[in-house]
Amino acid sequence: MPADTLMAKPHARPQPLAAPLVALRGIGKRFANVVANESIDLELRAGEVHVLLGENGAGKSTLVALLSGLLQPDAGQIIVDGSPMRILSPGAALALGIGTVFQHVMLSPALTVAENLLLGQGWWRRPARAALDQAVGAIARDFGLNVDLDAVTGELSLGEQQQVEIIRGLLRQTRLLIFDESTSMLTPQGIEELGALMRRLVERGLAIVFITHKLDEARRFGDRITVLRLGRKVGEISSERLEALDDASAHQEIVSLMFETIKATGEAVVGKERKRVAMSGKPLLELRDITVTGQSGSTGIEAISLSVWPGEVLGIAGIDGNGQKLIAEAIAGQRRLDSGKITFGGIAIDNLDVGARRKLGIRYLTDDRLSEGSVAAFAVSANLLLKEIGKEPFWSRGFTRTAVIDVHANAQVKEFDVRTPSIRTPIGKLSGGNIQKALLARELFGDARLVIFSKPTYGLDYNNIVTSRRRIAEVGARGIAVILISTDLEEILALSDRIAVMSRGRIAGILENTGDARLAVGGLMVGGALEHG
Amino acid sequence: MNTGEADGNVIAAVDAPTAEDGSGVIHILLLTVGPIVLALVISGALLLILGVNPLTYYAVVLERGLFTSLGLEQSITRMGPLLLVAAGLIVAFRAGIWNLGVDGQFLLGAVLAAASAPALAHALPPALVLLASAILAAIVGVVWSLLPALLRAYHGVNEIITTLMMTFLGTSLANVLVKLMFLDPATTVPQTRTLPVDDRLPRLFGTTINAGLLIGLLAIVGVQIMMAHTAFGLKLRTVGANPVAAAHAGLPVAWLTVLVFALSAGLIGLAGAVEVLGIQGNVRADWNPAYGLAVIPLVFLARLNGYAAIAFVFLFSVLSIGGESAARRVGVPTFFTLVLIALIMIILATVEYADQRARAGRAS
Ligand SMILES: Nc1ncnc2c1ncn2[C@@H]1O[C@H](COP(=O)(O)OP(=O)(O)OP(=O)(O)O)[C@@H](O)[C@H]1O
Ligand SMILES: [Mg+2]
Repeated sequence: MPADTLMAKPHARPQPLAAPLVALRGIGKRFANVVANESIDLELRAGEVHVLLGENGAGKSTLVALLSGLLQPDAGQIIVDGSPMRILSPGAALALGIGTVFQHVMLSPALTVAENLLLGQGWWRRPARAALDQAVGAIARDFGLNVDLDAVTGELSLGEQQQVEIIRGLLRQTRLLIFDESTSMLTPQGIEELGALMRRLVERGLAIVFITHKLDEARRFGDRITVLRLGRKVGEISSERLEALDDASAHQEIVSLMFETIKATGEAVVGKERKRVAMSGKPLLELRDITVTGQSGSTGIEAISLSVWPGEVLGIAGIDGNGQKLIAEAIAGQRRLDSGKITFGGIAIDNLDVGARRKLGIRYLTDDRLSEGSVAAFAVSANLLLKEIGKEPFWSRGFTRTAVIDVHANAQVKEFDVRTPSIRTPIGKLSGGNIQKALLARELFGDARLVIFSKPTYGLDYNNIVTSRRRIAEVGARGIAVILISTDLEEILALSDRIAVMSRGRIAGILENTGDARLAVGGLMVGGALEHG
Repeated sequence: MNTGEADGNVIAAVDAPTAEDGSGVIHILLLTVGPIVLALVISGALLLILGVNPLTYYAVVLERGLFTSLGLEQSITRMGPLLLVAAGLIVAFRAGIWNLGVDGQFLLGAVLAAASAPALAHALPPALVLLASAILAAIVGVVWSLLPALLRAYHGVNEIITTLMMTFLGTSLANVLVKLMFLDPATTVPQTRTLPVDDRLPRLFGTTINAGLLIGLLAIVGVQIMMAHTAFGLKLRTVGANPVAAAHAGLPVAWLTVLVFALSAGLIGLAGAVEVLGIQGNVRADWNPAYGLAVIPLVFLARLNGYAAIAFVFLFSVLSIGGESAARRVGVPTFFTLVLIALIMIILATVEYADQRARAGRAS
């Protein structure tokens, strides 16, 4: 690929606003017995950020898959530049100038970041590494991203991988750029920067599709909002109307479109009565000076000491990839310590494996729902019990008791509102948010004493965020210790009793969650980052 | 996982409910029987080119492999060791382990059984002799898989290469053992001492079929039940389908990996014993039936399902027994049955690919 095409330099097409770049007419897509999309009409214009909203499983990602050539519609037409097109492959979509930043990272974990970014250029060409360095450098400056091109992709945190996905989207010469929940793992600052970037891109004449579950992002970054429910388009809010509405009524209107029956609660976050935990007693979990080296270039953790008391919610804030995942894995038993000590309920657990620690009551909800949290090809029912294999009453003397497992699965699916055609559906076929709900159900089942939640609500829709946060608060209230890892500062502030801030593999500070915590946490996050960078 | 995509897909195909689309069973049947028929037609054309009347050839194959009682008994007898190999492969493949070291494990098991049975015959009652040699053969199979198992489990070394290397060493070692250590001094051809017919695996119901068939059936049904209906089987399948998720769920991935190798290779070593103790009675130098090559495609044709594997193993036994007779009568080499099986595989894979493309395109 010649150097200049690596740069995001879309030809600014002076288009009359009336002619859409891409239009969907009566688009339909069904899977076995699920209607994912039905008679959807949509017009994507150059110069507009078009926001797609909708609850989990509404059909947003399916629509993206149709536009990016991953799936073919059963009905309707995709019209590009005025003529109907069949987009038969991802390559064809790119050739038409449609680029996509997917919801779930689609990078090859074994390759370096640079190799991933260079994939897809003709095999006969020599990798244009110098040009890539230049182009990525420009984007990184533009956008405030920080990605090491030589890091092995699989070793990066999900948030960093998401950044690589975004860079890849920007590298191609696109006319329509689709972001499927690309802000779900960014920090508030990163989100602002992506918003500003989208604005710059549409000003240069691109069309953008932006999918998010955060209503304020939709309103601030979007020019036009389309709401999907159960695969159908249930409303569109034009740019003029969006201008005219004030925040509260825009919010009200969107939420009532999205969820029909449920009225907006007005506040997305569960207010929490903060208690001062009796720190006089013995802590349940104690990390003393633990150090874990990161693999091939990723950030390790160093000299981490912290304690969690029963009934306490300890928030861990920080930019993704600053060692939060390593702390979680060290506590859960997935990583060996280089040095330091972990005690749980008074006993040293450093030498116990994952299973033994789980037996003691340690639970860990991973943020990597697809490659670590679930087995895509297994049924929902099996995934709900993946950490209980062999246990009574689901297995008896080692034999599977399908009936008991099914009863359990049906109950869990109902309680956690997992939208799935059946408990036998392979979990990989559910929408991202619904997989997340299933994993949440799995970790909250049984006798937990300590639960580590890593980004528990990422990818969940508005209502499910409310429910899930309420559940986490309840877990804390039941006397269970909670560690809440999140890049979403609002979530941390809403739920935590104390907040630890991570930066570059160290704890920059631990503070009480009182009125002025927001500023202090923000300061620690940035301060820590500046100090080294 | 370093066994790559293909393996993941196999697991997916096994675990995804096939009845999802209404016409499930018929669809699967069409996808399986269709290619077989097509392969028969194409290999018929090949025979024509070679100047052989395909109808005569197929008729001889069927007659000698299926429609004479002796032929049928021979075909069924051959199923015993093949089923054991299939069982060993299904355990491994469903757990995401590519054990391609079948022939080495099989031959070493066979040689050790052949060497130990006549030697033990003086000391032990016949039933115990058979039991002891069979166990010894299984253990030898396990030992021969240990190095690839440990390398894979603790250092992530790809087992495709290591098991292939071990099979190369194993077949050579088996030969060396026959020629140097266990040589029967009473014969001029290099071979082990022969186990008297009366001391071999007991015959069933007055036929020439021996108890090896029962052992094979027991093994494959046991493996099928284990993989599909037990906690242990689910653990193995989890490790196979997503080792990262398995580790996250607290499964001892490395230990399970070693266990899978041991189970797989043990069953295959046992297959060697059944072949020797039931059919051959001894091992000649340079003998290598290369069952691994034949059975690997069969278990994939069966989509790693034990019951389906029984049917395919039967089909293969008939073809190979019939093919051996046909080789003598019609002059087509025995290898032609492998050509037929290979054709079936290739067509099956093509049809499957086309079917998936079509599904992705249409409504699924
Ligand atoms: N490959 C598939 N096979 C079967 N069903 C599918 C498949 N992909 C998606 N679905 C179903 O289609 C519906 C829409 O899914 P989609 O992923 O488009 O939702 P979404 O709006 O992106 O949700 P989320 O916000 O949770 O990401 C869901 O009910 C989902 O279970
Ligand atoms: Mg989605």
